[in-house]
Amino acid sequence: MTLFLIVTLNGLTLAALYFLAASGFSLIFGLMRTVNMAHGALLLLGGYVGYSIVDVTGSWGLGVLGGGLAAALAGALVQAGVLGWMQGDELRQTLASIAISIIMADLMLWYWGGLTYQVALPEALAGGQRLPILGVGYANIRLALMAFALATGLALWFLIQRTRFGAVIRAGVDDQDMLRALGYPIGRIFVLVFALGGMLAGMAGVVAASALSIAPGTDLQFLLSSLVVVIVGGMGSIGGAALGALLVGLAEQYGLAYAPTYGVVFTFAIMVLVLAVRPQGLLGKAEQ
Amino acid sequence: MAIDGLLKIEGLDLRYGSSHVLHEVDLTVGTRPLGILGRNGMGKTSLCNAIMGLHAHAAGEIWFDGVALTGLAPEKRAQLGIGYVPQGRRVFRSLTVEEHLRIVERRGGDWSVDRVYETFPRLKERRRNLGDRLSGGEQQMLAIGRALLLNPKLIVMDEPTEGLAPAIVSDVIDLIALIAREGIAVMLVEQNMHAALAAVQDVAIMVGGEVVERMSAEALEADTAMQKRHLGLEPGQAG
Repeated sequence: MTLFLIVTLNGLTLAALYFLAASGFSLIFGLMRTVNMAHGALLLLGGYVGYSIVDVTGSWGLGVLGGGLAAALAGALVQAGVLGWMQGDELRQTLASIAISIIMADLMLWYWGGLTYQVALPEALAGGQRLPILGVGYANIRLALMAFALATGLALWFLIQRTRFGAVIRAGVDDQDMLRALGYPIGRIFVLVFALGGMLAGMAGVVAASALSIAPGTDLQFLLSSLVVVIVGGMGSIGGAALGALLVGLAEQYGLAYAPTYGVVFTFAIMVLVLAVRPQGLLGKAEQ
Repeated sequence: MAIDGLLKIEGLDLRYGSSHVLHEVDLTVGTRPLGILGRNGMGKTSLCNAIMGLHAHAAGEIWFDGVALTGLAPEKRAQLGIGYVPQGRRVFRSLTVEEHLRIVERRGGDWSVDRVYETFPRLKERRRNLGDRLSGGEQQMLAIGRALLLNPKLIVMDEPTEGLAPAIVSDVIDLIALIAREGIAVMLVEQNMHAALAAVQDVAIMVGGEVVERMSAEALEADTAMQKRHLGLEPGQAG
């Protein structure tokens, strides 16, 4: 029973991380139909910058914020400087974003080296505690991670569903040309959304570097998980990203614990099943 | 009159790949509402796309309020004062009625969300509904309402009566008259000739991507031979 609870908690932790990583990826795809293959690199950049900030200032909160802002800036530059010039040509954008991803990975390897980094935790998040009712001990940082993902999800939902900026984004997802014909400069909105997606990725990177660790390769690991999550949950849907992350995170951890040999298969089995039965993803809208 | 020639189209050519959709189209829209008539596939919607900048034209020039539009993005054209009511309404399915109007509303313009609600009380009742939960007539009111919130000098409507019940069609016709009285220039693209003739004063007829005739609405109304030749309604199709 204890094993089951721990594995479930681990699954939820992983799901929280996957959600943070995939939400920005999904947001960008939903609006622009751009499959941003540099999303993992943005996440890793955020993680490294966050690490360096925490290393210097000792403030974890500043690290998360700084990592998020650095990735937001990088995301905005990627869209404004490269991908925006190929708007409407999705294949070219995807290929260009792969190139950007590789270049960023090499630059980061040059600057931060090949070491594995773990962000030092503030006292409040270090250590663990025995959970009431469940009766198992668990690391504080992992509990904080779940709370952080939940808060981010709610904030994102509020932004998209309840604000004017969110309404403009939804309108752009529904019908880009019509939004332009109503006087909205779509190019600037794209850059803003790329910055928002980068911000989410960067914060996820710092959180990943705190709860787990980051190293060269972490970028591809999270890019792959984001792809699977949005395929399962539905491209462009924040709720879908949450549901997809939950399924993939839990499947991965249960697989590792109970059927280690076939652990990896579960994730992809879910993906294949969803693609066969509901190709637009569980909460995705079918193309009109 | 200063407003005459608000929209001037000269020698407009437009292609989709290898197919030549518009040939040397010349048109002027001023104070008198203009109807563009023609059968399906004669280039009417392509003309609207060219005016809005949603599809780049190959040659010729479009002048709006003295500004050459070639190379201007759709959003710039909207900001210059062209309101677009597209074919099929194209309301945003995941926005509520209220959100549709709020994202377009500009402070200090002639049109406010409240004024749109006064003009279309039905939209006020439905203001919390999503775009894809509206009837065809309600969607049309919404599409027109959001275009008016741009405070346009010209409104381009592409088949606004398509698929609407006859009672709603006459509402739309009244509305076009109201828009014209507001001093907004109207370009109405229609397949429904009777609706168009009730709403506009001048007409241009398009055949095969060219403007073949220009005349007053009364003249076309009287000329059944002309109607038959260029607009000849296929049997079974409601006129």
